[in-house]
Order: sequence, then structure tokens, then C-alpha cells
Amino acid sequence: MLRYSLKRLVGAIPTLLILLTLAFFMMRLAPGGPFDSEKSLPPEIQANLDRKYHLDEPLLQQYGRYLWDLLHGDLGPSFQYRDYTVNELIASGFPVSLRLGLASIAIALVVGVALGTLAALRQNRPADHGIMTLAMTGISIPNFVLAPLLILLFAVHLGWLPAGGWNDGQWRNLVLPVIALALPQVAYIARLMRGSMIEVLRGNAIRTARAKGLPERTVILRHALKPALLPVVSFLGPATAAVITGSVVIEQIFGIPGLGRHFVQGALNRDYTLVMGVVVFYGALIVLLNFVVDLLYAALDPRVRYR
Amino acid sequence: MRRLLLLLLLPILSLQVAAGAEQVLRRGNGAEVQTLDPHRAEGVPASNILRDLYEGLVIEAPDGRLVPGAADRWEIDEDGRVYRFHLRETARWSNGDPVTARDFVYGLRRSVDPATGSKYAQVLAPILNAEAIVAGELPVEELGVKALDDHLLEITLKAPTPYFLGLLTHSSTYPVHRPSVEQYGERFSRPGRLVSNGAYRLAEWVVQSHVKLVRNRHYWNDAATRIDTVYYYPIEDSSAELKRYRAGEIDITEAIPLQQFRWIRSNLGDELKVAPYLGTYYYGFNLTRPPFRDAPKLRRALSLAVNREILVEKITAMGEKPLYSWVPEGIPGYEPARLDYADWPHSKRVAEARRLYAEAGYSRARPLTVELRYNTSENHRKVAIAIAAMWKQALGVKVRLVNEEWKVFLENRKQKRVTQLFRAGWIGDYNDPYTFLEILHSRHGLNDEGYANPEYDALLDRASVETDPEKRFALLRRAEAIALADHPVIPLFGYVSKHLVNPRVGGWVDNILDHHYTKDLYIREH
Amino acid sequence: MTEEIRGRSLWQDALARLKRNRAAVTALVLLALIVLLVTAGPWLSPWSLDEIDWDRISTPPSLETRHWFGTDSVGRDLFVRTLHGGRMSLMVGLVATAVSLVIGIAWGATAGYLGGRVDGFMMRVVDILYAMPFMFFVILLMVFFGRDILLIFVAIGAINWLDMARIVRGQTLALKQREFVEAAVACGLTAPRIIARHIVPNLLGVVAVYVTLTIPQVILVESFLSFLGLGVQEPATSWGALVNEGAQEMESAPWSLLFPAGFLAATLFCFNFVGDGLRDALDPRDR
Repeated sequence: MLRYSLKRLVGAIPTLLILLTLAFFMMRLAPGGPFDSEKSLPPEIQANLDRKYHLDEPLLQQYGRYLWDLLHGDLGPSFQYRDYTVNELIASGFPVSLRLGLASIAIALVVGVALGTLAALRQNRPADHGIMTLAMTGISIPNFVLAPLLILLFAVHLGWLPAGGWNDGQWRNLVLPVIALALPQVAYIARLMRGSMIEVLRGNAIRTARAKGLPERTVILRHALKPALLPVVSFLGPATAAVITGSVVIEQIFGIPGLGRHFVQGALNRDYTLVMGVVVFYGALIVLLNFVVDLLYAALDPRVRYR
Repeated sequence: MRRLLLLLLLPILSLQVAAGAEQVLRRGNGAEVQTLDPHRAEGVPASNILRDLYEGLVIEAPDGRLVPGAADRWEIDEDGRVYRFHLRETARWSNGDPVTARDFVYGLRRSVDPATGSKYAQVLAPILNAEAIVAGELPVEELGVKALDDHLLEITLKAPTPYFLGLLTHSSTYPVHRPSVEQYGERFSRPGRLVSNGAYRLAEWVVQSHVKLVRNRHYWNDAATRIDTVYYYPIEDSSAELKRYRAGEIDITEAIPLQQFRWIRSNLGDELKVAPYLGTYYYGFNLTRPPFRDAPKLRRALSLAVNREILVEKITAMGEKPLYSWVPEGIPGYEPARLDYADWPHSKRVAEARRLYAEAGYSRARPLTVELRYNTSENHRKVAIAIAAMWKQALGVKVRLVNEEWKVFLENRKQKRVTQLFRAGWIGDYNDPYTFLEILHSRHGLNDEGYANPEYDALLDRASVETDPEKRFALLRRAEAIALADHPVIPLFGYVSKHLVNPRVGGWVDNILDHHYTKDLYIREH
Repeated sequence: MTEEIRGRSLWQDALARLKRNRAAVTALVLLALIVLLVTAGPWLSPWSLDEIDWDRISTPPSLETRHWFGTDSVGRDLFVRTLHGGRMSLMVGLVATAVSLVIGIAWGATAGYLGGRVDGFMMRVVDILYAMPFMFFVILLMVFFGRDILLIFVAIGAINWLDMARIVRGQTLALKQREFVEAAVACGLTAPRIIARHIVPNLLGVVAVYVTLTIPQVILVESFLSFLGLGVQEPATSWGALVNEGAQEMESAPWSLLFPAGFLAATLFCFNFVGDGLRDALDPRDR
């Protein structure tokens, strides 16, 4: 177990290195710099700015400097928000995105698994068709359509919930963005769950359990649920990635100060360090999550052993 | 019906502005600000907040008139070169320290110091030696600014500059609190550190969430301030902003989604504030490359073929004025020069355009193919589509629309290599025609057209040393006429400022620079 | 007349099962109709893609003005634009899927067939790439290097091939054990030939399912880019771009959202139903 973990951790290093190298050179090759504005700057001032942020050095030297600082846990100063460092911005943005993401994943899991199981148990009956059509709709509507619809309905017309803002993550501000972010994932999970549950229910283990005369409830919860969850668990990795990507849209529409928004704004403003910071941070996070998902998978499936 | 009743009652209700309950104002503010350091900040959103935080020597009344700010009076010598400002003895920083002439000297020097990296250092160019200091040729101590005593500040100019007082409302002239700058260095402008001398002080700033200001109890005129707390929300997406406004979460919007103006007109018409804004929306030609280099006829033809009336009526549709001059209307005392075809009917313009287009060597069979660049924005997109359609219809020009993200767009514009025709706009930095005319000067940093007419440059240079205001305006007007005839640009329309203002907010007055100090606003109590 | 006994091939079997799946067949027919409309439809309308009807800006659908889907906020005909948008979206979907298919099959089949170290290395590369926040890279690409349609295709395709490579590798590993491959090896065929002749054709089933499920995903990704303002260049358009414009004025001009969104959703629906149907048909266990 420990050896396996160590191996995975070491294996993550080239991943992250490639990631940050790609991001670094892509940022630098892009036209336009962080301090460009409509009016050209006087040369002396431009030179001073470049010197201050080491933009006057050769690119490789800057790259080396970035790696060196990164080793010390320093992601550098933000070019755009002159009063903040990237570490500070990530420290303030990540808890926001995390809260949003975790809530969405949790809801997607609970609702998706419940709906999928229900559909499997009522296979090919109206309830099944209803749920699956609903799921399909969830997949087919982009969340930048869903989110404004929700806002119009629940915030503007009914006035039940706020139309945007974060407000330190109070539940009222969380409801709409979480729904908008979770819905497509609910749909995917419900479909996955239905498929695998149908298969499991047809298996020998369930036949035996039923033959033993166990109540249906126990059969489902005790015997069928765990194996049927396996594909859902392996979907958690892509789901997390999708939630992270989706949060870019949701954070923008709801005005939520999370990392997705920092990333997009950073890219548009050529905030080299902020973009790098977010990419590296999320890269590390995804590596970590994939690892956790594998562990979870092993815990659920006795056939899997750590290599 | 209920709304109507409320509106009828409002004037009565507003009479009884009661003290007591805390007054909170929530403003939408466009893009997130980069810094609240007045000398390094840029952009409209930052200026909005800085006007509340800081106070320059001169400020603006709600209608835009210049009124005394940190200085309660001033004298100007006969040449118009030396200004003496008497600072208010009662002016205080938000920590209680007195505001002195030395704070202003420190601030102005810091602003032009190349080490500060201010993007607006050039605004201070009229001050003696400022340009040399910005260029790194002189030390900052040589700046023509002196503290004669604690409350007497003397500013010496390079040449008489009639609009100089107006410049003093710009954030690059604000004082900064020396001890906190020296203590915290670059990052002095964060919450808990920032010491300001305006009506408000910084309480909170959560990046991409909000900036919260609370009233500065030490402000010399705090008794007149009515709003206790003001929130600025960064919301780039104007549709999202509109929804938050309608949900009652924002009192004043920064923008209006153009696609929905009809709906807004008919549903929120009473809350809509539209006013002329000192800005020019135009298309610029790249004069250094074909097809527009040495092609005045072609440029004139394209300008003629744009139906500006239709454009503002059908596309922008918020009351923008069709523009036939370079300087927009609204600057007191200045009558802009006009394009010679301003009063022609459109049919005559199209006929003339067709003639010139043919003379330039193009026809329906051999049409001009041109790339039009604009930066990503719903509004620019709509204007570009409309103008491309107009050119296609009138002349058969083939326009390829190229939508670029802001920084890429700027780079391409400046390099003048791939760019042929580009969208641009300019909002006046101060209320004087020079702020528009200078950008077509051959040496100016915003002259992305590559326009260089020695006659034009000479007229501008003469105007900047002319002391007589009337003669100066005449020179500027002559310069403007020359530029218009050369067609380095196609002026399209004059901007309007557009906001939705909740009826419970009082004290809102439209003005041409679109500056609205929170200290002049209040919440009507019921 | 002699009665011939014919063995039914896997494909005939699958086709028969697919025909029995009413949802999938309906979806397939609907999809064909959409494709037909999108290709031929624009010629039915008197309006062109970038023509402005100055007197009818943002007007609701009307038979009289021949703006069957209404006009957008600049006065262009939405019927024509919706269908043109459909061409673009379907094309993005098809081409990006094709890109990912080619890379994915080549990579996965090679890794699976060669096995051993090569397989280990190639799959390690896939694992590494899996951990990349790819959407971020696509955003960066779009922001920095402009709105090239080709770039959109390639970028999206470059993300999607990872899944394909994994699936194909798994299938190839299984196929490798089968008699006909062993026979081919015994005949002395070279590895590339065996992969091209024997492995790839037998992957078609998996690939078909994958394709029908990937196209809708790609169309969604494109719409996401359009939301960020990074989509196709005017006057060209896509369903994503139209839906995004429509979403901004869903109250003032609901038709500008409804028509493109309807087409988009219907298409995604159909692809998903067909994909599910295909999977069920090819994998008898699920019946």
C-alpha cells in the first residue's frame, strides 16, 4: 500500500513537469504582455516594469526561476492584481471552488445513484423512461443556458434566492450554482448507475440472495449497491474534471470568486503567474484525485490489488 | 400599477431623508480592479472606487463642474503657468493625520517616477520637467511641484494649460499617505493598510467578489456624507449584472446589455439613465500598408458608405449621436469641425462613395477585400456586422470580420503588420478637445493608424503653448478639420453613458464624464 | 430450390437487435432529418447568412416576412443562421471525433498489439495526459492563437483520443489471443499489416459506439467555448454561439434561444439514443 502510494506519487512528477512546461511556454508565446494597454507606455516605465517582474531576462532563465520558486512553494506575484501574490489568490479562491465543487459532486452522486437505481428497478417501465429522458435532457442543455434560466425563475421572478454573488458561501448563494453545476453530472451518473445496476441484478450473487428469501430492500442495499457503484466510482475522476471546467462558466455567471474565474481573467490579462499557478494547482489536484479514486475503487472491489 | 403609484409617491417620500438607519449602496463595477494604488491603477472601474477613496486638489460636483476638493481655493499667475493651492486645514487622512502640501508633493513625484511604473504618468506632462522625469532623464526632485508650507502647494507648468485644473481630478494626481507607503511598499493599498483622504476608506477587498468601503470619519466634510457603506461588485457580464439588479441585489449598474435594450426601455425605462459621454467610437485605418496607404479616395469612400444614422438608430440604439467630427460634442466653448458630407442625404453619399471607390480601382467585379478587426465584445460585434453589411450593400466590399481577444488585438494594432482596419474608441481623460486631438499626433502612443501629417502636428504644438483660450480652440479646430479631410479614421458615433439606477437612490445627476461620487448620493428612506 | 443455411454475422445480428430498439430507430430517423435539413435547408430561405433586414431587427418568427425562426439582434434571419450553425456544429463534432479516432486507434491498437514495454510506455503517456486540465489548455489556445476553426477541431480532437486509445487497447489485447490473429502471425505478416487488416476492422463495433457518444460531447465543448467568446468567427456561426446569444435575451427574444437550443438538444438527444442503442445491440449481454 505504502509502496504503491509512493510509486504513484513519484509517477506524478513528470506529469506535473510536462504540464507546467507546456503552460509556461504557451503563455509566453502568446501575443501581448501583462502590461500592454491601449496607450503605449513610455519606454523607461516599460523597462522598469519588465525589470521588476524579471520579464527582461531570457525565457529559459525565467523558466528556471519559476521552477526554483515553485520548489520553495512560491508561485510568484500576480501581474494583474498588483497587491496580491498568486499564493494568496489561490488560497482565497480555492476554498470557494472547493465548496462549490464538493457540494455539486455530492449532490450529483446522491441524486444520480438514487435515480439510476430506481430506473434499474423499474426497467422499461414509465418511471425508467421518465428518469432517463430527464437525464438525457440534463446532458443536452448547456449549463450557460440552464444557469440564467434558474436565475430568472428563482431570483428575479420568485425572489427566493440571490441572483449571484458569494456572500462567504452562505447556503442561499450556493443553491443555484450547485444545481446548475451538478445537473449534467446527475444525468451521467444516473445513466451509468442504471446500466451497471441492471447488470448486477442479473448476476448470480443477486439470484442467490433473492433465492435465500432476503427482503428486496436488503438485497439492493446490501448486495447490489456496492458492485453496481464501481463504474460510478471510476467516473468520479472525469466528473471532477468536468465540474472544475464547468465551474469556469458557473463562477462567471454567478459572480463567484473562485479559481475558474481567476484562470479565465488571468489568461485574458496575461497574468502569467496566476494562470500558471492555477494550472499547476489543478494539475496536482487531479493527480491526487485520480489516486484517491483508485484507492476507493480498490476498497469496493476485492479483485483489485495494489501493484 | 403598484410601481406607478410608487413613482408618483417618490418625490414626496424623498423629502424626508431621515438619518438613523445605516445607508448601504451597492454598485456594479465592470471588470475587477487591478490595484487601488491611485498611481498604478488604470481603467474606469478603478477610477470609480478611487474617487470615493481619495480626494484630489479639485473634485467634481454631481453635474461635473469643477469644485474645490482638498484645496479650498487657489490662485493662478498671469501667465497661467504657476498655480498656488491653499489646502484645507481641516483635511485629514482616514487615520487622523492631517493632509499636507507635502503629501501632494510626495504623491505627484511618486506618480511620475519611472520606478513606480504608472501607466498614466503622461497625464502629468503639463507640469514642469514631468516628461523628462518620466523618460528617466531628470531626478523626481526636479518636478515643478513645491510645498511652500504645510498648507500651501505650488505647481509650475511647462506652458499655460487651460485644462490643467480638470487634470487634477485624475487619480494620478492624488496624494498618498507617505508613512504607509514607506512601511508596506508596493502592497500598501490592501485592506487594513490603505490610508485614504477621501470620503471613504477601504474596509474589505475580496478579489473577484467585492470591494467594501465605509465612510471616513476623519473626512473634512463627513457631516455631508450620507451613505455609510458602499459595495463595488466586479461583474463583467452585463446580462448577469442586469439580473442581479432586477433581483434587487445591486442599486446601480455599470453597463447595459445591448441585446436587451428594447426590453429594458419598455420595462425599466424610468430607471434607465442615458447621458452623452465624452467618448468617440471610430474605425481606424492602417495607413502604413496597402490597401489604405496613400488611398485617401478609398478611405473617404468607406466613410461615406457608412450610414451612421441607421447605425445608431437600429444597432446601438441607446441614444448615441452619429459622429461627423473627431471630437465629440459637449466640451464647453468648443465647436468641433465637421466632415464636409455631414449634411448630405445618404443617397448622395453613397453615389459619391461609389464614384470614389471606382476611381480607386475597385468594382463589383474586382471588389476590395478587407479585414476588420475588433476586440471580443457583444457590442463591437454587432457594430462590425452592421458596417460590413453596409459596405457590402453600397459598394460590394468583401469584409472579413476578425474578432480578437483584447491583448492580441492591441498587439496587432500596434505592430501595424496584419491589421488593415480596426475598431477603436477613446474616452476623454479630461474635458478638453486636446485629449482627442493629441492621439492623432504622429508621436502619440495611441496613434495606431500611423497618421503623420506635419501640418496637423504643427497646429497641435502651437495650440499647446497658446495662452488665449479662444485662439487655442481655433487652432485645435483647424487641426481637427485637417485630420477629418485626411480620413485616417472613420468617426462613427459619440458614446453615451448608460446605467440603471434604482429609484431609491437619490442624488444621481447625469454628467458628461460619467463620474458619480458616492458621497453625493443617498438612499431615500421610506 | 435448395435451401441454404446461412450463419448470421455479428453485424447482421446487431442490426436486427438495433431495429427492434424503437427509441434508437426513431432517434436515427430524426437525426437523418436534422442532417438533411441542415444541409439543404438554407436554400429554402430567401435570406442569406449575413444579410441584414434593417426593418426587422429582433422580430419574432413570422411566415409573412419569411423569417420562419425570427431575426437576431442585428436583423439577420435565424432560420438560415440556425441551419448554418448546425452545419458548423456537426462538422466540428465529426472532424474532432475523426481526429481523436485516428490518433486513438493508432495509439491504442499499437500499444495493445505490441504489448510489453512499448505498451507500458504508451499507456504511461496516456496516464500523464489524463491528468492535464485539458479544457484549460484549449482555452489558452483559443485565447492566444485566435479563432481558427481548424484549431478548434484539432484541439478538441486532441483531448478526446485518450479514451479511445484506452478502449482500443483493451479490445486489442483480447483480439490478440484470437485464432485468426495467431494465424496471421503464423503466415508471417508484419505487425502494421496485422493491425491494419485484422485488428482495426474488428474494433469497428466499439468504435461506432464511441463515435456516436463522442460527437455530442464535442458539440457541447464547442458551445462552451462559444460561451467564453472563443468560438467561430462572424458571420459564421454554430449552435453553441447561437444558443449563447439567445441565452442573453431569453426574456426579450425567446425565439432566438428556443430554435437553436431545440436543434442542439434534439441532436444531442438523438446521438445519445443511437449510441446507447448501438451499444446494446453490439453487446447482447445487456438485453
